[in-house]
This record gives sequence, structure tokens and C-alpha cells, in this order.
Amino acid sequence: MSEEPATPLIEIRGLYKVFGNAPGPAMKMVKAGVSKDDILAATGHTIGLNNINLDIHRGNIFVIMGLSGSGKSTLIRHFNRLIEPTEGSISVGGVDAMGLNAKELEAFRRNKMSMVFQHFGLMPHRTVIENVGYGLMVQGFDKTARTAKAMEWLDAVGLTGYEAQYPSQLSGGQQQRVGLARALCSDTDILLMDEAFSALDPLIRSEMQDQLIALQEKLHKTIIFITHDLDEALRIGDIIAILKDGKLSQVGRPEEILLNPADDYVEAFVRDVNRARVLTADVVMQPPACRLTTENLNEALKQMRGEGKDYGYVFDDQDYQGIVTREAIEDEIQKPGTHVDLSDLTEETPTVLPDASLEDVLPMSLEQPYPVPVVCDDGDFHGVVSRQTMISVLTDSNEDEEGTAAATQ
Amino acid sequence: MAAESWLTKFPEMERADLVAIRKGLDEAYRQFSRSYGDVIEAIFDPLLYFLVWFEKLLLASPWWAIILVIVALVYGASRSWKLSLGVVVSFLGIGYFGMWDNTMRTLSIITVCTMLSIAVGIPTGIIMARSDRARAIITPILDIMQTMPAFVYLIPVVMLLGIGKVPGVIAVVIYAIPPVIRLTNLGIRLVDKEVLEAAAAYGATPWQRLMGVQLPLAMPTIMAGINQTIMMALAMVVIASMIGVKGLGQPVLKSITNQYFTMGLFNGLAIVALAIIFDRVSQAYARRTQRHMEGSTDV
Repeated sequence: MSEEPATPLIEIRGLYKVFGNAPGPAMKMVKAGVSKDDILAATGHTIGLNNINLDIHRGNIFVIMGLSGSGKSTLIRHFNRLIEPTEGSISVGGVDAMGLNAKELEAFRRNKMSMVFQHFGLMPHRTVIENVGYGLMVQGFDKTARTAKAMEWLDAVGLTGYEAQYPSQLSGGQQQRVGLARALCSDTDILLMDEAFSALDPLIRSEMQDQLIALQEKLHKTIIFITHDLDEALRIGDIIAILKDGKLSQVGRPEEILLNPADDYVEAFVRDVNRARVLTADVVMQPPACRLTTENLNEALKQMRGEGKDYGYVFDDQDYQGIVTREAIEDEIQKPGTHVDLSDLTEETPTVLPDASLEDVLPMSLEQPYPVPVVCDDGDFHGVVSRQTMISVLTDSNEDEEGTAAATQ
Repeated sequence: MAAESWLTKFPEMERADLVAIRKGLDEAYRQFSRSYGDVIEAIFDPLLYFLVWFEKLLLASPWWAIILVIVALVYGASRSWKLSLGVVVSFLGIGYFGMWDNTMRTLSIITVCTMLSIAVGIPTGIIMARSDRARAIITPILDIMQTMPAFVYLIPVVMLLGIGKVPGVIAVVIYAIPPVIRLTNLGIRLVDKEVLEAAAAYGATPWQRLMGVQLPLAMPTIMAGINQTIMMALAMVVIASMIGVKGLGQPVLKSITNQYFTMGLFNGLAIVALAIIFDRVSQAYARRTQRHMEGSTDV
């Protein structure tokens, strides 16, 4: 994994949002730890966000996920102050967003962030090309400059030829592509996506996810993505934050969330996820049990017996060669005459890449009795994935830690 | 005497007190109109000049030129030959039955009243949509304007400005303006929140949001309000003729007092013809500008 820069692009500290006319008493209760429902009953005020602290680094896809009512849409609207917080600070690239006046806020929204909406938020009375160029129009660009740039982005999302249509003439997926092109056309560093793909049907949704990932590989934007769909979060997210009742339950990498859920709520969430598709070999692999670097058969046999293994992984210096079984060595030693080298007894077995999903590793581990070695393109050996590891990871999240420890015997 | 207590008879105020209140208010208003009537009349002078000029223009122009201009406007707004032909036939009929001059007078006052209602009504509707407090204040005023019998507010207007075109216009506008205000407010409030949010998220100023998003998207509703305003203005023409507004209303009034059935019917039909033309043209125009709303089914 790449190193993250020291200072995050977006810093949110102690963010609270109370909906209602007189948030004062409700704020006191929130800070005293009274629950959302009790505060609503006592004061008639709804707690939108409760002490949110977030660091979002440049170039990440940061997914905020939660069920409806968890405050995720409220939270994303705080980034560009479509909703004003009751308390707390938001800083973007070192600029205190809360300190901006109306004019500065307009400039901030024009140049720093653009937004994609759940129901697209397109202007029905403007054509597709006018919609894509809307951000530029607001900024005062003339029509030719607007159209030229908008055409470029319309092309990038694969909608060339639709520029003169009205949004109502497009399908949902196409409309959201227009929404995405509009966001990209403003050329801002930060992209806010509020359940951008939730209104689309599953096939179109995964198509859009692929397109977003492909665009992100080229553009390296900082994307804040809201979703209620954990599969989507795991698929596109670099970091996932899980929100419940306006509070953050857990923030972490997808595999951290999946393997070490912080509380029951997160665990309930991750229970139904298809882990085989999400987890990759490098996440669950362990160091190999018996690492043979010698060429001497007797020495190898001794090491295997010492570690109680029936097989070993053979290395030539650092390079992985293959697997050798104890049986083969014993047979060879019992033969009269000169013995062959260890490398001659080594069988080459299939290996997997570190980013292979367990779905791909699983059939391979069934074909051979030994844990599958994880080897890079350049021949670097990373570890092994055993059947036991996979079974424990894929079946019961509670036993992950014991499972990984006890995996290869 | 003892039988008459407040339990059996409503405890009314003394008749003398009531008379005193009436007299006091009447006197105060008379005083007000005597001292400020001229000033207020002067304020409305430009409106009067415009009314007179516009009426003279319509009356002085040859009938075929008027029909030509009207048909051009109708076709420009509706792009429909059928409608344009209908307009020509109605105007020829009106002229043939000797109602041309009165129709022109009515047309001029209705046009001015409509423009005035739009000019005042849309900004008022916008204010109402932007602030809940403004809405709370304006809504009851609109209720009064729509339910108060027209004759009642004709009295102070006539006391202040006398009989003539300007009080007529004021009376018509008071009666006809509520729909355009109400429906402007409603139209803006019904604009899709997400679209408005999108405009804000891309850094649009409040003015850009109003002109670029709210008004265009509220336009179908606003057009329905303008349509209603025109209809109500036409309905008010007969009542306005009681305070000296010339036009199709006066012969109608005359036929009521003299029981001239046919005369009333003809002039009434002329008003209906004008109403239908205004209605169809404004609706066709509204439909044509909302073409982007169509086609949502052919996805």
C-alpha cells in the first residue's frame, strides 16, 4: 500500500448537527451522551451528526456508508456547506471552510468541490451539453469555451452524440453520466458523490462503478462517496467510514472493516458480504510453514521433521522455486547411489498474484493438497494461503484471529 | 324591561357609538382623499397617459392592421394555424356585429391590467416563496382581495381617484392579481430541491439560482397563474364599467338596466371570445416553451 501524505486534504473536527430552531439544550444532551431518540423525545430536535472527526487524504476514494437516517447525506452536505453545522470545524486544503463569507463560499464551491446527486439533480430545461457546462456557466465562461470543455467530458463518460438532448430523453444511467460529466467539467480536486449510483439498476450500477474506477485511475481526484450498499463501498473505497445514528462506528480500509468489525452494528453489516470476492490473497496470506533454502536433502528432511511438515517450499536465495514433499526426499535418500539435488525433486505448482480475490484462489487450493503460494509478477514470494485460512475467513468472522494464527499446520 | 338581558339579546354597542365610528372613519377617509387625492392621482398619471395612448392607438388603427398584428402575435406564441384562423373569424364577427370599438377599449384595458398584474405579481410571488414570514403576511391579504365583494373596494378607490380608467384598472388588478402571486409562490416552492441544491453546489449566486433554475422550472405553474389572472380580469370588466371604464362592459350594464337581452348576449359573447383567445394563446405558448418536459416516456 502506498504511503499517505502527512497532512490530509480535508479535516473535519468535532462536527455536530442538530436539526431544529433551538439546538442549545439538545447540544448539551448530545455531549452528555444522551441517545438520539431520547433527545428527540425531550427537545423535539433531531441529531443529524454527533462528533464527527475525519481525515481524508488526497487521491483517495473515501466512502461514507450507513443506512438511511444515519446522517450520511447530511454529512456530505457539510463539506460544501449546503448544510451549516451546529458546531465543529471543516478545513479543506488548509482553508477553514467555516470562516468563508457568502461570496467566498460561492468561489469555494466553484473551484474546490463538485457534486453528483442521487437523483442526478440535472436541470430539466437545459440540454445535456448545457447541463455539463453548468459549473462553467456559473463561473462566467462564454459559450464557446463552455461547450468545448463540456464536449470533452461528455466524451469521457461515453455520451458523445447526446449533447442536444434534454435530460428527460435519457435513461437513468445516461443521466447520471451527465451528472458525473458535469462534476468533472468544473475541474475541481474534490468530488462529492451522494448515493450517486443508488438510483440505478444493478447492472448499470456496476458499469458506472467500473467507469468511476477507470476515470479515477487517470484523474486521481479526491472522492467522497456516500452509499448504503456495502458491496459498492468495498468495491470502490480506499477507506470506508461507517456511520450510525450520526456517529462514526468505524473508519478503515475495506479489509479491516471486513475482518475486524468494530462493533455489532458493523458486524451485522459485513455478515452478508461475499468475502470471497472482496478479500484478496495478500490480505489473508501467512508466512510459509517450512522454508527450505538448502540444497542438501538430509538437511531439508531434518528441517521438515523438526517442523512436523510433509512438504516444504523451496527457495533459491530469495526466488521461489516450488514445493517438495517429505515422501519424495525419503524415497530419494533410500535409493542407492548418488542422490540428486533438492531442486530436482521440486515440483512446480500454480501460484497466485497478491491481488487475486479468494474466489480465484479457492479452486486452486482444492486442486492441490498444499497451501497456495502467493507470488508477485517479478517472482517475489509473499506468503501462502491455506484451505484452512480461507475456510475460517469465509465462514465466521468471529474466529478470524484464531483462524489466521492456526491456519497452516 | 327586565326580560331584556344580555342573555336573550346580543349585547350590541350603542347605535350612537356605531354611527360615530362610521362617521369618524368616513370623515377621516374623506379628509385623507381630499388632502392626498391629487398627489395620488398624479402618481397614477403615467399609467393614465399610457392607457389613453394605448386605447387611442387601438381605436385609430385600421381594423385590418389590428387583426394582422393580433394574428401575428397569436401565431408567434402558439405556432398554430387553426388557432390563428379562429382568432380572425372571431374578430371579423365582433366587427360585423358593431362591437369593434368597445372590444378595442376592453382589449386595451385588459392588456394593461395583465401586464401590471404580472409586473407586480411575479416579484411578490418570489418574495413570498423566499420567506415564510412574507407568505404568512401576504396570504391573508390575498384571501381578502379574492373574497371581498368587488363593489366594496370600488368605493374607496372611487372616493380617492374619482370615476375613470385608473380606478377601473386598480379595481381589476386587485381582483385579478391573486392567482399570479399564489401560483408564482407555489411554482417556486415546488422546484425540485435537488436541482436547486445542485445549482448551489456549483456556486451559483442567489440571482443565478432564481433566474436560471427557480423561475424557468416554475414557469408552467406561473403561466397557469397568468392565465387565471387574464380570465379574472375579463370577468371584472363588467363590474369595472360601473365606475366609468368604457368597453364591452358598458353595453352589458345598459342591457341589464333596460332588459335588452340580445344586446347583452352579443357583448357577453364578445367578452367570451376575447377570453377564449387569451386563454388558448397563453396556454399554447406555455406548452411550447415547456417542450423539454415532454419525451420523458420514451426512455
